[in-house]
Amino acid sequence: MSTGTESDVGTTTETGTGKAATADVDTAGESWRGIAPEDDEADAVDRRTGLKLQQRARRLVAELLRPHRRAVTVALVLLVAENLVMLAGPLLVATAIDTGVPAALAGRPAPLAWSIAGYAATGIAGAALRSAFLLLSGRVGQDVLLDLRRRVFAHGQRLSLDFHESYTSGRLISRLTSDMDSLSDLLEKGLDGLFGAVLSLVGVTVLLVWLDPMLAAVVLIGFVPLMVITRWFQRSSRASYRRTRSTVARLIVHFVETMNGIRAVHAFRRERRNDEIMDRLTVANRDANTEAFLSVAWFIAGIRVVGNVSLALVLLIGGLRVVDGTLALGALTAFLLYLRRLYDPLDDLAQFFNSYQSAAAALEKIASVLDTPAGVPEPARPVPLPTPVRGDLEFDHVRFAYRRAAERTVLPEFSLRIPAGQTVALVGATGAGKSTLAKLAVRFYDPTSGAVRLDGVDLRDVADADLRSALVMITQEAFLFSGSVADNIAMGSGHDDGHDHRPPTRAEIAAAAEAVGAREFIEALPDGFDTDVRKRGGRLSAGQRQLVSLARVVLADPAVVLLDEATSSLDIPSERAVQAALETVLAGRTSLIIAHRLSTVLIADRVLVLADGRIVQDGSPAELLGGSGEFADLHEAWRASLA
Amino acid sequence: MSDHLEQQPHRATLGALRRLAPYVRPHRAALIGGGLAALASSLAGLAIPLVTRAIVDGPIARSELSVLPWLVLGVLAFGLLEAGLMFLRRRLVARPSTRIEATMREDLFAHLQRLPVAFHDRWPSGQLLSRATTDLNTIRWFVAFSGIFLVVNVLTMVAGVGVLLWLSPVLGLVIAVIAVPLIVLTLALERRFSVAARRSQDQAGDLATVVEESALGIRVLKSLGRGRRLTARFVADARGLRGTELLKIRLLAALWAVLVMLPESAIALILGLGAYGVATGTLTLGTLVGAVTVMTYLFWPIASIGWLLAEASNAAAATRRYWEVRDVVPAITDPATPVPAPDPVRGELVLHEVSFRYPGGTRDVLHGVDLALRPGETMALVGATGSGKTTLTALVGRLYDVTGGAVLIDGVDVRDLRLADLRTIVATAFEEPVLISASVRENVALGLPAASDEQVWEALRVASADGFVAALPWGLDTRIGEQGMSLSGGQRQRLALARAVIGRPPVLVLDDPLSALDVHTEAEVEAALRRVLGGVTALVVAHRPSTVQLADRVALLVDGRIAAVGTHSELLAADPEYRRLLSSPDEERADEREEVGA
Repeated sequence: MSTGTESDVGTTTETGTGKAATADVDTAGESWRGIAPEDDEADAVDRRTGLKLQQRARRLVAELLRPHRRAVTVALVLLVAENLVMLAGPLLVATAIDTGVPAALAGRPAPLAWSIAGYAATGIAGAALRSAFLLLSGRVGQDVLLDLRRRVFAHGQRLSLDFHESYTSGRLISRLTSDMDSLSDLLEKGLDGLFGAVLSLVGVTVLLVWLDPMLAAVVLIGFVPLMVITRWFQRSSRASYRRTRSTVARLIVHFVETMNGIRAVHAFRRERRNDEIMDRLTVANRDANTEAFLSVAWFIAGIRVVGNVSLALVLLIGGLRVVDGTLALGALTAFLLYLRRLYDPLDDLAQFFNSYQSAAAALEKIASVLDTPAGVPEPARPVPLPTPVRGDLEFDHVRFAYRRAAERTVLPEFSLRIPAGQTVALVGATGAGKSTLAKLAVRFYDPTSGAVRLDGVDLRDVADADLRSALVMITQEAFLFSGSVADNIAMGSGHDDGHDHRPPTRAEIAAAAEAVGAREFIEALPDGFDTDVRKRGGRLSAGQRQLVSLARVVLADPAVVLLDEATSSLDIPSERAVQAALETVLAGRTSLIIAHRLSTVLIADRVLVLADGRIVQDGSPAELLGGSGEFADLHEAWRASLA
Repeated sequence: MSDHLEQQPHRATLGALRRLAPYVRPHRAALIGGGLAALASSLAGLAIPLVTRAIVDGPIARSELSVLPWLVLGVLAFGLLEAGLMFLRRRLVARPSTRIEATMREDLFAHLQRLPVAFHDRWPSGQLLSRATTDLNTIRWFVAFSGIFLVVNVLTMVAGVGVLLWLSPVLGLVIAVIAVPLIVLTLALERRFSVAARRSQDQAGDLATVVEESALGIRVLKSLGRGRRLTARFVADARGLRGTELLKIRLLAALWAVLVMLPESAIALILGLGAYGVATGTLTLGTLVGAVTVMTYLFWPIASIGWLLAEASNAAAATRRYWEVRDVVPAITDPATPVPAPDPVRGELVLHEVSFRYPGGTRDVLHGVDLALRPGETMALVGATGSGKTTLTALVGRLYDVTGGAVLIDGVDVRDLRLADLRTIVATAFEEPVLISASVRENVALGLPAASDEQVWEALRVASADGFVAALPWGLDTRIGEQGMSLSGGQRQRLALARAVIGRPPVLVLDDPLSALDVHTEAEVEAALRRVLGGVTALVVAHRPSTVQLADRVALLVDGRIAAVGTHSELLAADPEYRRLLSSPDEERADEREEVGA
């Protein structure tokens, strides 16, 4: 259950009935995807897991509707009123024909006039009530949708990196786009049908019984096959609807990856191959949709057969009884009219079930994201950091293994204290644990055992927003968000506690850019600081993007700075400017620098050489260079390469 | 947020829907069949009240029991026919509707892939994604349901009115009178609805963009702790969408009111006039019952016109959004008369007076760049951050086209070659290697799906990536990229290098291929790179002296111009700017420290 959601479906399936969940999905054409430890979203779900998913989804619906109890009640009242008013219609028609016309013939036009006026009134009232219902239920639906979007989005931001790395962006995107679409479809097309159908079902049935119990019995017997058909449909279509959701998610993953990597697609002529893959994914989705569609067809036709057979029976029996004189002609007419009103909304009910099944499958997936606990939870009772934060960082007997590869311990019993204000450089081969150390320091992960402390406070006890303003990490991946260059730099400022803070002034932004030597190139852009960075900063070089992301740190003004290869794409003078900035603007701050260039390392007060999660050398650059350890060897090799 | 979208004047819904024609045409038989089935089933449904009327007026009024069972059987037959036809309709449209969606999506995807990088720079990917999913979904619904019913319900209404006219011309006229305000009001509301429909779809696209950024930029958001702020932005956008949806709901509610109130008034009128007719003896009771029943049958088709029109508006807006992207003509395409690729390729790469300006830009990024690489030569490209190095590398493989001058390979302008040929000759490795969620094999053999394992391993060996790939749990089959094993920056760059060399392209363009390597692997990859560069023409963007030393010559790019070309030592000696960029400050510092330490 650690990472999650659909993958735990897979696990349960394996341990459950033993039915292979993914095998029957992974058809021959899928080998390009390769093999991964936790395989994809399972489509086939065994019964127990299925029930669990449904429960989760149902609980979520109840939770979402709770704040709208009053509005929902009012909406239901409106709907009941509308149905009652509309039900009065045929009754008034019957009255007009049975008593109004004979009375009029007898010279008393009043009953006829009243019933007709009554009918017109019901029409107008019905329309007004219906509009009111649509407005109210539409608002509730939109509020629920907004609430759900906000929840999923915010929860996604809270979930640990561990979750994101296994869940992947494409699936999260599909939760927030296409799954939300199917919920919105349900709210738009379905709900109204459900309430309307259920209400008229109940109301019409009561009326039918009141009009003529015997004929009503005929209709009631028809309900039995109706129930059977509905159950069958629900069960048989659930799997296909689940499949429509997971196939569309896969398609979204492929789409997003292709569009974001379009340069590589062009450079390596991958268009055809991508087309082939997209065709396959689309066909899988198309077939799932077709299958779901056809089960709806059976369902609707079945309902209609039941309805029309009931109608014929009522006509036969009713007709005989009118001839007998035990039933008035007007009563039979009314009965037939009501019967039609009973079965017409059942089409809407079918439509509802159609939307519902699709939305339910989406909701299951959404609910499972929401149910995933944040891997690095916010403390219930946060301990405040001292003000100002000094920046004393300590690793106390930290052991760490990634959950996805639990058998490989990245850090065995790691202890390190970085006093406030020290600049520490981390050196070591790939896989030595440098980045892991940085990720633990910013609490992307929690240690398996031991503790990481900032100014003596365990990071697990620090409120997230406090931690983020005390400690900032910049990685080599300089992701720019849509907006202007200034917006992107401004991201660094403020405290992320959900309140609005004074946005940084243009002068502050410019000063931050100046500090890291980015101002010159930014001002040379077409609109200077207001230049739109376009998608992912496509127009800026990797080095320029790194400068922008470094400028964020200056505004963030944290006590501790972690740089994980943050200057890898800079040319030497730019890197020197950044180093100068780190030395002056960020002077007195604790910093942990991971860099592979010795030039970066040499500005440090202290160098740590890491191998297999252990510190093998620790000292000032000069000390290490003077010695005969690994660092000196590295430096020697590097100098040789320069010659 | 939507300022990048071409604002189109509001055109008629029907005109927009007409553009679905090329996709609908192949399925027209099935769709027309579906329409006929729907029409027939509603006619069968409409026949039921007529038979009912016959029963009420005939056998029941006259107590003729002998014909009653036959008439009831007639009702039953019509009822079963109705149900059967309903099934038939769905059965007929099931495949076409899902196929149309799938084909449109495949075509959109293929088209988007062929649009140049400049297009993708401009369009937020959320907008593209929403077109490929939400909008096509809307179109599928329209083809399967609303489109057909719009036609069928209108026809049903006409038929119903015909029946009423036949039953009693006076009663039929009532309907005709009611129809006028009905149509006027409906059309007015529909026009407003379609504007809202378009806005809501654009907003959904913007929302998808924020969603995408939040997922793709999660590391940055986490390390800066800006999750809440982006959430606030997302919620603001979602609120905007909610506002538009509420507007749509209001319009729909108004439509509904019109479409219920007017037919109900018609029924009341019919009832009044009919009763008067019965009272005066000009109408039978049975006719009145029949007329009222027909009218109640018409109730749903009329009332449903409201949301059917709304659906049509949605589908029209979706179609418009779809074609907005499909109508973009790929700016970088195969030439009309391609020059055959030189065979064998010598690998002479010449940039002649190349200048470049980004579309919509106000100034050139490159000005009259002249650079000639001899076959087999490695040229390092050195310049300050932002001097135009990356832009220049993108021009060789035509990710962008030059805006002045020309890039020539063996004397042939790259624009005269087929794109496939050009990109077989030139391989480009980007600074940020993009891995896809697929096996190592697929990632290395990106554009060469037919590559053998031997070829893949060979490429991995050249890039000295064979060691770590062999150590992966499933070797070449291990899924990497976002949905698989995470690799370090250095490992990713080596895979990108392997990707570049797999087809043994005669011209290599490498954008800072060593930036993400750690000191330990650098030497190893440098050795690999030396192997890679042997015998091919290569343009290598370099930041470090060690990379520059792999090159035969170095070109110095300053503010989009070539300032100097020469060997590393020549430039070090002669060019102060080059010295500033590349003289090893590390060395100076190291010496300083050593002195301090001594």
